[in-house]
Formats: sequence, C-alpha cells, structure tokens
Amino acid sequence: MPQTSEIFETLEYGPAPESAERARAWLDERGRSFGLFIGGDWVEGAGAEAFDTVNPANGTALARITQGGSEDVDRAVRAARAAQEPWARLGGHARARFLYALARRIHRHARLFSVLETLDNGKPVRESRDIDIPLVVRHFYHHAGWAQLMDAEFPDQVPVGVAGQIIPWNFPLLMLAWKIAPALATGNTVVLKPAEFTSLTALLFAEICRETELPSGVVNVVTGDGRTGKELVAHPDVDKIAFTGSTEVGRLIRSRTAGSGKRLSLELGGKSPFIVYEDADLDGVVEGVVDAIWFNQGQVCCAGSRILVQEGVAEALERKLKARMEMLRMGDPLDKAVDMGAIIAPVQLEKIRRLVDEGRRDGAHVWQPSWSTPAEGYFYPPTLCTRVAPASAIAQVEIFGPVVVMMTFRTPEESVRLANDTRYGLAASIWSENINLALDVAPKVKTGTVWINCTNVFDAASGFGGYRESGFGREGGREGLHEYLQPAWQARDGASTRENVGAVPQIVADESVSSEDGLPGPLREDNRSPLAGDAMPRVDRTTRMYIGGRQARPDGGYTMLVRGASGEVVGEVGRGNRKDIRNAVEAARRAGGWADRTAHNRAQILYFIAENLAVRASEFAARIRSLTGESHGRASEEVDLSIRRLFSYAAHADKWDGDVHRTPYRNVTLAMPESLGVVGIVCPERNPLLGFVSLIAPAIATGNTVVGVPSERWPLSATDLCQVLDTSDLPGGVVNVVTGEHAELTPVLAAHDDVDAIWYFGADFGVEEVERLSTGNMKQTWTEAGLIRRWRTREQGEGDEFLRRATQVKNIWIPYGE
Amino acid sequence: MPDDITSTGSSAFARRGRRSPATQETHDGRPSAHDVPVPPNQTAHSELHPWNPGTPLELDWLRHLRVNRSAAERRAASLPGRRSVKREWQAAWLLRAVTCIDLTTLAGDDTPGRVRRLCGKARNPVRADLLEAAGASGLPIQVASVCVYPSMVATAVEALAESGIPVAAVAAGFPAGQTPFPAQLDEIRTAVAAGASEIDIVISREHVLRGRWGDLYDEVGAFREAARGAHLKTIIATGELATLTNVARASLVCMMAGADFIKTSTGKEKVNATLPVGLTMVRQIRAWRERTGYRVGFKPAGGIGTAKQALVWLVLMREEVGPRWMQAGLFRFGASSLLGDIERQIEHYVTGRYSATHRHPTA
Repeated sequence: MPQTSEIFETLEYGPAPESAERARAWLDERGRSFGLFIGGDWVEGAGAEAFDTVNPANGTALARITQGGSEDVDRAVRAARAAQEPWARLGGHARARFLYALARRIHRHARLFSVLETLDNGKPVRESRDIDIPLVVRHFYHHAGWAQLMDAEFPDQVPVGVAGQIIPWNFPLLMLAWKIAPALATGNTVVLKPAEFTSLTALLFAEICRETELPSGVVNVVTGDGRTGKELVAHPDVDKIAFTGSTEVGRLIRSRTAGSGKRLSLELGGKSPFIVYEDADLDGVVEGVVDAIWFNQGQVCCAGSRILVQEGVAEALERKLKARMEMLRMGDPLDKAVDMGAIIAPVQLEKIRRLVDEGRRDGAHVWQPSWSTPAEGYFYPPTLCTRVAPASAIAQVEIFGPVVVMMTFRTPEESVRLANDTRYGLAASIWSENINLALDVAPKVKTGTVWINCTNVFDAASGFGGYRESGFGREGGREGLHEYLQPAWQARDGASTRENVGAVPQIVADESVSSEDGLPGPLREDNRSPLAGDAMPRVDRTTRMYIGGRQARPDGGYTMLVRGASGEVVGEVGRGNRKDIRNAVEAARRAGGWADRTAHNRAQILYFIAENLAVRASEFAARIRSLTGESHGRASEEVDLSIRRLFSYAAHADKWDGDVHRTPYRNVTLAMPESLGVVGIVCPERNPLLGFVSLIAPAIATGNTVVGVPSERWPLSATDLCQVLDTSDLPGGVVNVVTGEHAELTPVLAAHDDVDAIWYFGADFGVEEVERLSTGNMKQTWTEAGLIRRWRTREQGEGDEFLRRATQVKNIWIPYGE
Repeated sequence: MPDDITSTGSSAFARRGRRSPATQETHDGRPSAHDVPVPPNQTAHSELHPWNPGTPLELDWLRHLRVNRSAAERRAASLPGRRSVKREWQAAWLLRAVTCIDLTTLAGDDTPGRVRRLCGKARNPVRADLLEAAGASGLPIQVASVCVYPSMVATAVEALAESGIPVAAVAAGFPAGQTPFPAQLDEIRTAVAAGASEIDIVISREHVLRGRWGDLYDEVGAFREAARGAHLKTIIATGELATLTNVARASLVCMMAGADFIKTSTGKEKVNATLPVGLTMVRQIRAWRERTGYRVGFKPAGGIGTAKQALVWLVLMREEVGPRWMQAGLFRFGASSLLGDIERQIEHYVTGRYSATHRHPTA
C-alpha cells in the first residue's frame, strides 16, 4: 500500500471498488442455482441440464443456470398464451400501472442490478450504473405511458399475441427492457430467452415481476443457449419473434420462420461509420471515439468501428487518439475508476485476436497503448488500426471488440460512399461544425440511426434499428410499438386461417393462364373473326413489359396468353424471366434519384397519373371487365377506386413526415421515414388494376422505385397502366413492370441482393420461399399468408400500414447549443 | 515538440524570462527561449514554470478553432463518474489540492487584520496532528499563494515573511475591467512594486464579445509588460463570454500575449468555474503546449467550495493534460471556502468520523 506521501508526489489513482457484497448475498440466498420462470412461478427444467454463468473478469463461476429444453419452452409458451387475452383485456391503464411499478422497482434495486450486471457481463460498473440501468428504468416509464395511451393513439390496433424474445449478452437487462416494455405495453405476453452468458439480471427481473404481482404468464423467462432459442423460434404458437444478436443468427431465424406467419423484428450486427470532417471539434471527436468503440469494450452492435476521417486532419486525430488511449484505464469492472472491463468470454476474445491478426497481415498498422492488460480474466486492449483499406476484412467484418479501423477520405461525397460501403446499416456518427454539411450527409447515410456530433446515445422515445443486413423493425419510440401491434381486422381474419400456413404448398393449375408457348396471339384468338362484318382487321397489339421507362420485349423471347373469365384469349404478354427481373432491378436502382425529389413533386406526378387514368377510365373498366368478367359497375368501381387511391397517396406524399422525438437531451431527435430503395412487388391475382395501384402507389409516393410483377392471371390492366405512367412524367425506372409467372419471377426478386424489400401478395405457397430467399441480404419482406385482403375497402386497401411498410424510420440526433 | 525548452521543469523559475510581444522575434510561430534576470519577487517556494514568452497574434489559429458545446458538456458530465479517488489516495490528492489553493479574500470589507488572519491560515492550512496522522507530516503543505486586492499586498507580504508563500494580487480594474486603461496599468505596477509576485488581471470582455482579438492581444500584452517581474494570470471571465468558442479563443489570445496562467473567473460573475468551461480552457493549454512547447497554468476560480469538487477538477487535469498540471506550478484553485471542507475530509480520513467546521482553525 503506497504511503500518502508517495501518492502526494505521483498522484496516481488507487483502487475504488464497488462492493459486490449484496449481489453475492443475493446469489447465495438462491443457492447459486436458478430454475426457469414460467407462469409466474419458479420451476425446474424438464431436463437435468444446467451450466455455469461466469464472471468474465476472473473466470469464476457465479451460479448454475438451467438449460431450458423444448418441453420448457412449450410450457412457457402455453403460459404466455393463456395469459395473453386477459392481459390485453386488462386495458391500457392497468397495464400502465404494472409497467410503472416495474420501473419503480427496478429503480429501487438499481444498484443491485448494476453490480449483478457487471459481475455477469464484465462491463465497467460505471456503465451499468450510469448508462444501462437508468436507460432500463426510463424504458419502462416511457412504455408505461404508451400503455396508458394505447387506445387513444392506436385505435383499431390489437396486440400480436405471444412474443418470443431472444436477447444478447452485451446489454443484458437493457435489451430485456427494449423487448419486454413495448410488448407488455401493447398487450402482448412474452417468453424471453436471455443470452446464456448473462442470465442473472433477467432472473432478478423475473423476481421483480413476482413482487409487482404481474399476472402469471405475462412474462416468462427460459434460460439456455442457442438450442433453447431454436425451440422458441420453432414453436408453432409463438406469434412473433424479436431478436437482437448477430446477423448470422438473424439469418437463421428468418430462414426458420419462413412461411410460418410469425412476425419478425431483427436487430443485428453493424460496422458503423464514424465520419470526421475537417471542421470538427477534434477534442470532442476523440471523446466520441471513446464512447463509440471503447464503450462496453466495443461489444456494441452500433459501435462506431470505422473511423472515416478527412485526410487533412487524419494525422492530428490519430495523434490525439493515441494520447487518449494511453489514458484509458482497464481492469476490474467493479472498480469505479476503470473505463474498460472484460470481454464476455474466451471464444469472443479469440475471435477478436484472430481478426486483428488478419488485419495485420493485410497491412494494417495496429496500435495499442503501452499499458498492459490484467493477467487474469478475459481482457483485450483498446486497439487502433490505421492504413486500413476498405477491402481489408477488418474494415468489413464486425469485430465486436474494442478495435477501431481508421480510413481517410477526400470529399463529403467520398465519405458517404465509404460510409455506405458495407452490408450493414445500423448507425452512423457524423462530426462537423457545419450544419449544412452534417444535415446533407445524414440522409445519405444508409443507417437507422445517425448521431451528429455525438454517438451511442439512446433513449426510449427514439426508435433504434437497422437498414440493410443490420435487420428490420424498430425498438423504442412510436415506431417501435408497431412491431407489437397489428390491425384489428387482420387479427380477426387471420386467426381462422393461421393454422394452415406453412403447409406444403399445393400448386393449383390455373386454367385461365395459358403457359403454352403460343403462336402470335391474335391468330390464336378464336373468339373473334378478324374479318367479321365490314370491320378492318385489328391492328396487332404487342403488350410489352415496362423497364427503365421503355417498353421492353421479354428477354426470353416468349409470350403467354391472357384469358378472360370465360376462357377466351384477351391478350398476350411477355413471359418474363430472371434476366428481365435483373434488368428491371438495375433500372429501378438507377432511378434512385426519385427519392431526392421533393414530396410535392412526387405528389404532382401521382395526381397526374390519376388524371390520365381518369381520362381513360372507361377503357380501363372495359379491360377489367374483359379479364374478370365482372359487371360494368364493379369494373368501373375498380377504376374509380384506383384513381382515389392514387389521390390518397399523392396526398400522403408530403404528409407522411415523421416525428421529433422528445428525448431527454438538449437536441432534436428527428424520426424521418425514408424510402427503402428498390421494392419488389408481386401483386395479388384479383383486382388486376386496384391491386397493382394499391401497392405501387404508396411505394413510389414515399420515394421508392419499384419492380412490379402484376397479377399473373390478369396482367393487362397493369401493362395498360404503364402507358399512363409513361405519359404522366413519371421518370423512367421508377416503376418497372415484368409480366410472367409468379413462380418463376418471385424467387429471383426475393433472392436479389440489390432489392431492399419484397412485398409478396401472390399465392400462399410462395410465402415460405419468399421469406427464405430474402436472407441473402436480409431484405424486408411483407407477406400475408392466410389473409384475403379486401382491396376495395379503405380499411384493408390503403393507409398507414402501407406507408409504414414503404418506409423505414431513421432517427437523427442533432444536439445543439453554442 | 520542443520539449527541451521546458525540460528544466519545476526548478526553472530562475530561468524564466520573456520579452514583450511587440519586440519578440519568432520564427514559424515558435517562440525562442530567453534568459532574463531573476525577477525580483521570486521566492524559494514557487514552483512556477518558465515564463510563457507568447507569440505574435495568430488569427488563423483562432479561425480554425472549433468547440462543440454539446460534446464538451458530455465529456464534462461523464468525467466525475469515470474516476473515483478513495482512502489514502483521496487524502493525498486533497493535500495536493491544498497546495494548489490561492487562498483568497477579495471583499469590500477586507482589512489588514482580516488579511493577516488569512495569511496565518495560509502558513498552516491543515492541523499538524492531522498531517501526522495522515502520514503526511513530512510534506510541504502550504497553500500556493494568498490572493488579495492591491491595497492589501504590503500587509500580506509582511504577514507571509519567511513563509515562502507568494502574494498574488488581482489588478487591472478587477473584477469588471471597466477602469481606464492607464489606471489599470498603474494598478498592476503598484501591486508588483508592493511585492506581489503574481498578478491576476481581468481582460476586457468587450474585446471578446466584439471579436476584437487584436485589441485583446494588445491589452494583455500591455498588462504583461506592466507586470514585469511577476507571474501573470489572465482572468477571462468565462461567465460573460457567452460561448465556449469565445472561451477557447480568449484563452488562446491570452497565451499568445504571454499569459502564464489562464483563469476562468473573478468569482464575481453570475456563472463562474464550470467543468465544460474548464475543459475547454485546458484543451487550449494542451494545444498551446503542443504547438509552442510552453506550459501554461490553469486556475479555475469561483464556486469551488467542496473537496469533492476539488477532486473532480484534479481528475480533469490528470485526464486532459496529465499529473504535471496537478501541481501549484501549473494549477491553482481560486477559492476561499474550499480549504475548510478539505480539512474536514482529511480529518474524516484520519478518524473515520465525520468532522465539524469548528474543529479546524478559521482563516
């Protein structure tokens, strides 16, 4: 122990340990062994399997945790199912009281939660105490408010049902809160599976649920490893899976739930850019980097792990960073004066080492501070890699450790290109004192969160979630609640058919479409005599596809016949193939400037389309009639409804405008709905015009470009509409139409890695395939197996649901104050 | 980095020297070191660093300077939570804090008697029995200086005779700086002549608020000249400068003009030493050191009344510029009530019991 007089000279820091006594006592009182929390009770696992949860700071076991098996999961799901209806019926105010009570109790036990979290996870107690737990409490308070307001704010929305929630080990209790609070607020019940490395705070939370007398079965906690998660994902009576974790596992979950009808929200990995412009406050930037990549040892999905710095200030930043890194303190996470604690587990430590070695071999300069890491426990020093090329693996792969790579750029345009040069899209941080620059770049970066002059700032009022392969769905804010809600009519109509979903697809031969490779159409039109009466022969008409603003012949050179309701041939369309889809997607991608047009301009064009359609209303009605055999009245009504729908989305175009969230900082948090990019739309068979318009219009109103596959059976209304589009100032490539067989075209669209979302309204049997094939780039999917949407009704055929599907919310944090 | 210039460290007081900015020769922005005669008011106790010779006014530097307030506030807010100093470390740090105090009385009702009492406290800031019990009896525990109005300098010099504790005087129209310029210069010269070896001047906030950096530079340069022979601390009165960018610019201009210390406040503004302001100033000191090789001191003043606050300020210094800036040569607290709280904390460390004010001799 150094003498006072020595310290007086050296002015070193001493140990400042937070006592773990109470947390250890809590573990001891429970025999350091935990069961599962199911139906409001502690139960033993059906199997005998258990495992140790370990303190990563010293490698010692803290407690035995039950490995939940399929029986346990089933039991928990049944408990959740039984509890769900009564919980929803309880009403918003009662649920608000429960959530409020949970918030209060967590607040009261804040220190125990913090210490337990740090013991189990290895994160510095400063972080669990000052960041994690306060955010948890805030999340429950905020969502107590949403429970209270649900009826008023979300009329005609009902809970999804039973949510299976799988959370990671990096923010154990915070991720629990992000999952459970919105689910409970909106009347769902949950089965939560914590990460196997960090179950303890979830178990303490379960105790709190009991203390607050939360109705049995509303929250169930089943511990275990990936096998338990797999059981939960596979359980047929789970309505929704919410997952936070790696993109790899997210992909598996998407794949395994394909065709099951389960709702899905995924918050996955990232390689988030941290962009530094030459006019940034570099001292502020340095602290930003500390918060970006050395927070929680870099085990943060949205860690700013790629520093992109303007070349002129790169050297200065590097020098400042290195000086700062020397000052970081690493050690016992329970020490109140350490900045960095332990890595979660040896396997993770090994992965970090391997990736850094790989980077070194690729030519990166790897720099670590001169101080040494603790010998005991799993520690990895803060690491800065410079001279890293984007092509190097460490510049692309998520390391999930305290390792940051630094690259330079020359111009803002180049910074955006580098920032978006990744499969991920979780978050970005922009540092500049120039508001013009910062606000110019923010919308161009393809991420769900953009922090301007700050980083890793979170709040319950703001939605968090990814673009691209970082997943979909939002947690937090108004946008996050929709993940746990569905329109009442869908719950009503879907319930009866849900059991059929996922059954073996049956391909039903549809006699109305001739798939034979026909002779030129008109010659096969046997229902008319070309020379009947005194008429001239009809002018031969070739219906083409519409790609990049041009009429296009099918790549394969084949056509297919379109027959009317009574079997007569009424036309002929191109039989699209994979290359037509490829061309259409390329055209749609090239037309991306559509999103940069003003909403007013997009609205004008939609109105113009409606105007031109109205001029040709009777012709379109006649077409519908000839296809569907419907009455004149019904057909005319469909055209009229299509015009109304175009008007609706023209109206929405400049009104679907997002929120300013009230986050508790001196800043504005802008929740901006942004377009998805290229949307593939496979249209319903029925309502050949209205079905097409109802889906295309919201997509383009919000700035997307579209590859549309019209009704397979009756594609002619859509191809007719292309002529209207062509004469309505719609830029080429914004809407592309490929006709052909859904079974052939859908998989190509679903698997295409440059398509950002696919909406599939084709036959039920395609749903599984669409969802399974979407995993290549984790594109968003919208499918509706088992639902028959009544397109003519406003409730089901238009509105917010469509606009929400057509956009993703980006939260931009803009602190202010000079 | 021309580290060699300052490598003589704390014993270098005898070599300190500077010339007025107007006559100074510089090459590519770097100062040259000059040896000048030992200033008259040097004392053995002083650990002051070589005088900052200043540089010509570099407007480009000011122009490129960026301070993001939100980022600075965030850093300042997280700092107290990031570090914790406990037990013997806390005792040692607090004793260090005592040696950094400019024990101050700047009141309208100051009298020679009051000043003499303060000087008595300056000599024995912490009870000897406590120092012994804390294992610090061998340490030179005295405050850094006694800080008074110019009219009290002579009294203080006399009261501190043989103690080695320097006398600091506020001057140049403290606290508002709204005194005619010649009178300000006179006041400085008078204080130095009376034996003050440190002069805490106030800048004209007007120059900052109107962006007249040349005027500020000339003003501080003139004060520097007038205070020849004494150490110059420049009070920038951050509470009246509106923005952190102004704080940073004013700090830099003072250093360019030859300030040896930059100081936050007079203690009379509505807002005095805050952590974001301190952080911003200390970062300019760091930048100055990196660019010129000279170390300039920092003095937060006003509103620092508790041991806990003192520790946070020391943490700030340690984290941003390192332990060298935790010594009286480069760091001062402008405080009147801080000492009392530190004494109580040290007694608590020694006895394990919470202490009371009356157990410690008053100033």
